[in-house]
Amino acid sequence: MSLRDDWRRARAVALKDLTAERRSRAGLNAVTFLGVLVLMLFGFALGPDTEAMREAAVGAIWLAILFSGVLAFNRCYQLELDGGALEPLLLYPGSRWSIFVGKVLANLAFVFLVELIVIPVAMVLFHVVVPGGALAQIAVLVLGTIGFVTLGTFYAAMSSRSRSREVLLPLLLFPMMIPALLASVQASTALLSGDLMREAGAWVRLLIAYDVIFVAASLAAFEFAIEV
Amino acid sequence: MTASTMPLAAASDRRSGLPWGWIAVGGVLALVAAQVYGVLTSPPDRDMGHLQKIMYLHVPAAWNAFIAFFVVAVASLRYLWKGRAADDLLAASAAEIGSLLTGLTLALGMLWGKPTWGIWWTWEPRTTSTAVLFFMFLAYLILRKFVDDPERRAQWSAVVGILGALNVPIVYMSVRWWRTLHQVQGSPMTLDSTYYIPLRINAVALMIVLVAFIAHRYRSAMITQAADDLEDRAALMEGGSRA
Repeated sequence: MSLRDDWRRARAVALKDLTAERRSRAGLNAVTFLGVLVLMLFGFALGPDTEAMREAAVGAIWLAILFSGVLAFNRCYQLELDGGALEPLLLYPGSRWSIFVGKVLANLAFVFLVELIVIPVAMVLFHVVVPGGALAQIAVLVLGTIGFVTLGTFYAAMSSRSRSREVLLPLLLFPMMIPALLASVQASTALLSGDLMREAGAWVRLLIAYDVIFVAASLAAFEFAIEV
Repeated sequence: MTASTMPLAAASDRRSGLPWGWIAVGGVLALVAAQVYGVLTSPPDRDMGHLQKIMYLHVPAAWNAFIAFFVVAVASLRYLWKGRAADDLLAASAAEIGSLLTGLTLALGMLWGKPTWGIWWTWEPRTTSTAVLFFMFLAYLILRKFVDDPERRAQWSAVVGILGALNVPIVYMSVRWWRTLHQVQGSPMTLDSTYYIPLRINAVALMIVLVAFIAHRYRSAMITQAADDLEDRAALMEGGSRA
């Protein structure tokens, strides 16, 4: 049971999920559509003042990602639950966390694809101009997404197997997301205005700490979440 | 089967243990006395007048809510470590009382905030963290309601409780940074001893009530579970010795 075997197992789970998604595409299309729809709604709710919309853009993007991503996480166990395939998957030899890592990787790819469409649309809709330093923006986005997807995949392992899962997942996940949301929005907003106060670095450090703590915690706790 | 007889034994042990009924009555009486003492002895505040008296319930409720949350975290860890159903029930009992106290803290804070600051709600770090704590308590209790299998419920809620506990300091830090980068909120905690002594007494009195409440909920949860186990066993035995 080497680390290399675990990694191969995780990759197999990720590829399996992504293949199933690629063949239907129903999930990606629906979730991306919802993300864009949320952005439109924000536009109607905040507009038509261009300045106000530009200031709220980062927050709107993150909420669109949160609301659409939460639908994806329940789906990633749903396929297996419908086919009665979760128990056989757990019966395979090897550590349980490799299943979790596989699911997280597949969900990361999924959410990044959604972001690839939602964010450019948001930049057009909200008249956002990135004043250089796009690399730092992408780093903030990636760090925020890692925290979001890790915890989302983790809580979905429980919520997807409970009653009224659609309600339960956001109830569990969103309060946990508050520090990551705050840090991502503040860092991105600061970077958009040129980071005059030099505050983006502190938020990025918080985001890294958040990711490290919750990736480690959910890796350790996944066994307990999935085995019953 | 040995696991199912254990809660029953533990429940009857508890019954013959500390007189929790009297402790609860004593705690409530102590709290009433402490409130009266606080209201009578402390002079009206220079800025807030008699409004300041809300502090004697608001602040102890907040402190005790955090104690309750700490109990949830420790009992959850212990459950995952030892796998005893009793620890899960203790965590659940503490979460129930904790959510009540957090709700009370927020409600009293709003009642205090409106006349003193002119606003019902402020995004001040402690206020906001308490609200997040409240939501996490509620999510924990809702999760328990949505899961029927006892072992699954225990394991899942323990995990949710521990991750929630990890999140509390991070939430507090992030909200504090968020606010202090913009404005500094005045703190009502710079206190004279005439206010501080009644505050301490009230906090201790409320803590007795908290412990008694948790003990009560814990005992009734144990008894309910023991009754469920007996019912299950009776159902299994039917057709055997009974019929």
